[in-house]
Amino acid sequence: MAGLEDLYREIILDHYRSPRNRGELPVPPAHKVEGFNPLCGDEVVLYLDVDPESDMVRDVKIAGQGCSISQASTSMMSAAVKGRPLAEVRQLIRAFKALMSIHESKLEGDGEGDGSDLAAELAGVRLGDLEALQGVVKFPVRIKCATLAWNTLQQALDETAQAQA
Amino acid sequence: MTALDIAKLKRDFPILERKVNGKRLVYLDSASSAQKPLAVLNAMDECHRNYYANIHRGVYTIAEEATAAFEAARRKVAQFVNAPRAEEIIFTRNATEAINLVAYSWARANLRAGDAIVLSHMEHHSNVVPWQMLAAERGVELRWIPLAPDFRLDLSNLDALLDGARLLAISAMSNVLGTINDIRPLADAAHAHGALVLVDACQYVPHVATDVQQWDADFIAFSSHKLLGPTGIGALWSRLELLEAMPPFLGGGEMIRDVRLDGFTTNDVPWKFEAGTPAIVEAVGFGAAVDYLSALGMDAVRAHEVSLTGYALEALRDRFGESLTIYGPTGVDRRGGAVSFLFDGIHAHDVSQVLDEDAVCVRAGHHCAKPLMRQLGVPATTRASFYLYNDEADVDALVEALAKAQKFFAV
Ligand SMILES: Cc1ncc(COP(=O)(O)O)c(C=O)c1O
Repeated sequence: MAGLEDLYREIILDHYRSPRNRGELPVPPAHKVEGFNPLCGDEVVLYLDVDPESDMVRDVKIAGQGCSISQASTSMMSAAVKGRPLAEVRQLIRAFKALMSIHESKLEGDGEGDGSDLAAELAGVRLGDLEALQGVVKFPVRIKCATLAWNTLQQALDETAQAQA
Repeated sequence: MTALDIAKLKRDFPILERKVNGKRLVYLDSASSAQKPLAVLNAMDECHRNYYANIHRGVYTIAEEATAAFEAARRKVAQFVNAPRAEEIIFTRNATEAINLVAYSWARANLRAGDAIVLSHMEHHSNVVPWQMLAAERGVELRWIPLAPDFRLDLSNLDALLDGARLLAISAMSNVLGTINDIRPLADAAHAHGALVLVDACQYVPHVATDVQQWDADFIAFSSHKLLGPTGIGALWSRLELLEAMPPFLGGGEMIRDVRLDGFTTNDVPWKFEAGTPAIVEAVGFGAAVDYLSALGMDAVRAHEVSLTGYALEALRDRFGESLTIYGPTGVDRRGGAVSFLFDGIHAHDVSQVLDEDAVCVRAGHHCAKPLMRQLGVPATTRASFYLYNDEADVDALVEALAKAQKFFAV
């Protein structure tokens, strides 16, 4: 049986208590996206400022409220993508979702195939602190809390790309 | 009135013997759904094993037995809420379907653009969304009775709200706040304005002796699963004349008297509103549940819950003081056993996660009452709710588990 320490790692509690990059950015140049988890009312507001010249995340700020997992995941996401090239950010999103869904598919008893496909996404991506969120997969109802920030980031990237196209 | 023997009564509920994480199960989520006593499990099992068949059709012995048991359940449920006639109980899937039946049948036949329906800010989504759907479709106006600072309805403007209204649809007991609304004066006021009254009694009927005649309402909705019965069945009570004048809701078998190529005629009430094969075994379980509660006595059930809720409110205040905010009346007067709270800045999901370690089951979230949560200005609360099988040891377990959560998330 998974214990509380599996879910609430020290680094997660640290991000929850002292969230990084909280605040707002002027829109434009930043792009603002809001993400909701209708089930529990968790809310993430993401300000993403992408430099169109270099295709880098120039700055990122977050607001919103919710449980420790959603807020810590949002804080960790912001720290992980700030100053990174968009290509790496996209890779990170895929890797993070793979981290969450490998276990999801294992939990659901799916075939091996899925798992190894997803493992390929993870290969060569350094998740760093984000790996602390791995424990969340043992608590299936909380996975959505952890992925909310990342889905919101994905949406922000898609909308930014559309605006530039 | 004989007081309940809780230690003895707990043994009627097999699930309460279960261990979770090596700990005794402390079930404090009965406002969401109640656990089932052996009497209910056995009655349903007996039906499946001994006399299961479709009802109202077969002329063979077991079909007649099943039909008799189904109709006996209707009489038991009718008696439980003091309905004058058994035919006034319509079996539905749940309270939600009972409310939708009224919205689709009575309201769509009788309401026009510009008519008004009065609701309150403490309604469950199931007594909000059907009316919003109707409002969008028919241009019906929705008006809202607001909440007072003491978590009761602010009735200061009631007459103006009811002016020109056709329906008052109101909860008898809030599933979030625990507030009990005094239905009779509300029904009198609504009737004085020519409006009918629908009572969402989903939280009330399981916990307080209910007398539909004393309420003098027009429609009453409740669910079996919150009063120790199975899921998949609920009830709508209404007055026979009203039901007879209403058009059918769903069409199909059972609800017809005759069908020809060019049309159909409807069956008598209540079957007119029970299209298709109903939840037969569940009806038997529903009947067994009200038998179980009636044998204990609803006044004894209420007395136990009042005392336990009082104990819980005091224990939470004593132990946590300012760090715990209760959303609901502070005393046990006109209040049920649902206790919603915010705890020391810890999100409700984190609270309930830590409580689960100690096998303490509480609910976290918006409790299907988002308009109310918006009024309260909170995204989510933790809710502990009590029923007849809970005792002071369960409350103590809750308090200890909360203290653990506080320590865990301490800044
Ligand atoms: C006050 C109230 N009304 C209606 C409902 C809906 O009940 P059901 O889901 O059984 O239809 C509930 C259930 O939570 C409730 O608490």
